[in-house]
Amino acid sequence: MKTLVIAEHDNSRLAGATRHAVTAATLLGGDVDILVAGDNCSAVVDEAARVAGVSRVIRVEAPFYRDLLAENLAALVVSLVQLKSYGNVLAGSSAWGRNVSPRIAALLDVAQVSDVVKISGRGRYQRPIYAGNVLVSLESDEPVQVLTVRTTAFDCAGEGGPAPVETAEAGPDLGLSRVLHREISRSERPELGAAKIVVSGGRGLGNGENYQQVLTPLADRLGAALGASRAAVDAGYVPNDYQVGQTGKIVAPGLYVAVGISGAIQHLAGMKDSGVIVAINKDPDAPIFQVADYGLVADLFEAVPALTGTL
Amino acid sequence: MKVLVPVKRVVDYNVKVRVRSDNSGVDLNGVKMSINPFDEIAVEEAVRLRESQLASEVIVVSCGSTASQETLRTALAMGADRAILVESEAELQPLAVARLLKAVVDREQPRLVICGKQAIDDDANQTGQMLAALMGAGQATFASKLVVDGNAIHVTREVDGGLETLAVGLPAVVTADLRLNEPRYATLPNIMKAKKKPLEVLPAASLGVDVAPRLRHGRHEEPAPRKGGVKVADVAELVSKLKNEAKVI
Repeated sequence: MKTLVIAEHDNSRLAGATRHAVTAATLLGGDVDILVAGDNCSAVVDEAARVAGVSRVIRVEAPFYRDLLAENLAALVVSLVQLKSYGNVLAGSSAWGRNVSPRIAALLDVAQVSDVVKISGRGRYQRPIYAGNVLVSLESDEPVQVLTVRTTAFDCAGEGGPAPVETAEAGPDLGLSRVLHREISRSERPELGAAKIVVSGGRGLGNGENYQQVLTPLADRLGAALGASRAAVDAGYVPNDYQVGQTGKIVAPGLYVAVGISGAIQHLAGMKDSGVIVAINKDPDAPIFQVADYGLVADLFEAVPALTGTL
Repeated sequence: MKVLVPVKRVVDYNVKVRVRSDNSGVDLNGVKMSINPFDEIAVEEAVRLRESQLASEVIVVSCGSTASQETLRTALAMGADRAILVESEAELQPLAVARLLKAVVDREQPRLVICGKQAIDDDANQTGQMLAALMGAGQATFASKLVVDGNAIHVTREVDGGLETLAVGLPAVVTADLRLNEPRYATLPNIMKAKKKPLEVLPAASLGVDVAPRLRHGRHEEPAPRKGGVKVADVAELVSKLKNEAKVI
């Protein structure tokens, strides 16, 4: 059974989530092909060909794949699955993967398994439900297994190859949707979902200015990505893409520093698989301390600058 | 323009769920159930469209057991006009729900379907996208802003790295994210009024849709709890622990 991993990219770089999906794909047995659909995306094709474990790159270029919108992409994947007899279709469980993948599954008339955290063989998986409070094992006999995989649960595939590149015909342009504009933050910092260290802030910071003044120097010093609790995002301290939690990003860095975050269940669901958790909060009863390896009960406005100064 | 809003009855978001002692599932006995919070946001958005005369009628639909009537009444109390229960006592997985909703869409011909982006029980995040696929319609998931513009909608989506605004032709399926709106509380008079609004019950079997589960759920377990750590006295001790004990910096 061959597996098709769908590459997430911006026509210039391959998203980290796709490398994790390739690792998950290798656990299903059989060849792992990677679909790079895009527009002027040669750099991504080259990058995908050098991902360890990839058997071949399927390249499909057309202007209407530039934004990787669900409708055209799903139609393309379905035709490739039928044409090339793929038995499995995988994508990383990013916002993009979660958008596209169920559309593919429905068009193939198969169930999708979302957010897979463990693969025990083709058709045997484990996934979290109830905000990560329960893990369920499940089995699927679907002829095509459509999965989104939680990137923190599978290693990032390294460099290998280069794998051969095959060009395939573009599918139809359905013209159902188009991008009007994008506000994507460009940052020198590591990607939140892939960072080794994350510094995250909550309501305790009081406002967006404090968030930047207190946390940015610490993140700079640690080479960390910046995150936030839902409360901080809802209060407008930082943009939505900073949110760590059940409905935001799921992260599992080696070190997670939670500053002024009380630790609501939905936040813990997004970071409790981190290697080491540090919590800095002035409330000694904050639930975050129950999951923190190192808790510091202190005023964050004194403790964080002191920490930054000591490092 | 008719707007259809699917809603699901789920364990209330404040409840800490427990796995049954035989690991066969989650213990739902005596647990408080509520409308899925994302669906509540979807209902609110649809009601606002009708209040600003962009929608002519808001129909809420739920696929599930008789008890889901309660969930539909909640949506009616928020301002939806009428409700449909697609009744089934069997387990309904996302693809089955999407197929049932497609049958309802064929009957009601809504121009717009607004779903919650995911249900907080199975966290599958699939039904809206699947329904859009079955309808052959455009989709805009994880919406934080919705603007109706003639025969199309402009939807701002929360994506990794920021925001993206799509133009999607109608009919379309939108799935609601947290920041789309803040749902209203139903007032007592509206709760009373909701009891008199039409609620139609359709047996799932009458829709001629195959709803057999495709996935077999086995063992449920709670993840290994994180063991509690230590409190450190000051910043110096914290740095020393991180350097010498955890070795992460």
